[in-house]
Amino acid sequence: MWYYEKKLQYPVRVGECNPRLAKFLIEQYGGADGELAAALRYLNQRYSIPDKVIGLLTDIGTEEFAHLEMIATMIYKLTKDATPEQMKDAGLGDHYANHDHALFYQNAAGVPWTASYIQAKGDPIADIYEDIAAEEKARATYQWIINMSDDPELNDGLKYLREREVVHSQRFREAAQILIEEKDKKVFF
Amino acid sequence: MTNAFPPEYYQLLEQIQAVDFVLCELTLYLDTHPSDNEAIQQFNYHSKQSRQLKRQYEEQYGPLMQYGMSYSSYPWNWKDAPWPWQV
Repeated sequence: MWYYEKKLQYPVRVGECNPRLAKFLIEQYGGADGELAAALRYLNQRYSIPDKVIGLLTDIGTEEFAHLEMIATMIYKLTKDATPEQMKDAGLGDHYANHDHALFYQNAAGVPWTASYIQAKGDPIADIYEDIAAEEKARATYQWIINMSDDPELNDGLKYLREREVVHSQRFREAAQILIEEKDKKVFF
Repeated sequence: MTNAFPPEYYQLLEQIQAVDFVLCELTLYLDTHPSDNEAIQQFNYHSKQSRQLKRQYEEQYGPLMQYGMSYSSYPWNWKDAPWPWQV
C-alpha cells in the first residue's frame, strides 16, 4: 500500500500569476512523458520484471507521484488568481470552458492522457530501455519549458525536477546492466 | 497565498525536505548498489535525523502522515489545511 506525506518533496515557489507558463507545464502533468505516465509506467511494470529491479521501479514510481504533486502545485499557483480573460489570453480559453481552474490530465495541447503513452512489453530489457528513454524525454521536456520560462522561482523547482530525471535515467541504466548480467548467468555452455 | 506560518515553519520544512532528499537519493542508489555499507550507514543515520525533525514538526504544525503513521491531538487535525500546495 502507499502512505501520503503532507509535504512537497521540494519547495515550489512562483514569482507571479502566469497562466501561459501553466499551459506549458500541463505537458508534464498529463502528457506522454509527464509525471503521471512515469508513475503508472514503472509501478505497472513491476509485476513481470525480475526481482532484482522491482525495488527500483517501486521507489522511482513512488517518487514520480511526488513530482506529479509538485507540477500540480506549480500549475495551481500559476493559475489560481487568473481571471477568465487572462486564461483566454494565455491560450487556456478551451481549458477554462471545460474545467474552470481545475487541473486535468492532458498535455499542453489539451489532448487527454491515455494509457497508450506507456508500454509494458513483459520483456525486462525492453521495459527498462523504455524507462531510460522516458526519463531522457522528460528531461528534455523540462529543458524546453525552462527555456521558455522567465520566472526564476519557478525555474528553481523545474531544475530540481530536470535533475531527478537525470538520476532516474542513471539508476535505470544500472538496472539494465544488472538484468543483462542476470541473463548471462543463466546461460550454460 | 495564506502565509499564515512564521519563517521558522519554512526553515523546519526545508530541513526535513533536505534530509528526506538524502534518503530518497540513498534509497535509489542502494536499490542498485545493495552492498555499499557506507551508504547504508549514511541511510540509517539520516533516517534517524528525519524521524527527529518530523517529531519536532508534528508537535508544532500537526501530523505529516496518517493511517497511524503519526499521532493525533484532539480534535482530529490531519484533515486541517494548509495542504502542501497551499503554503
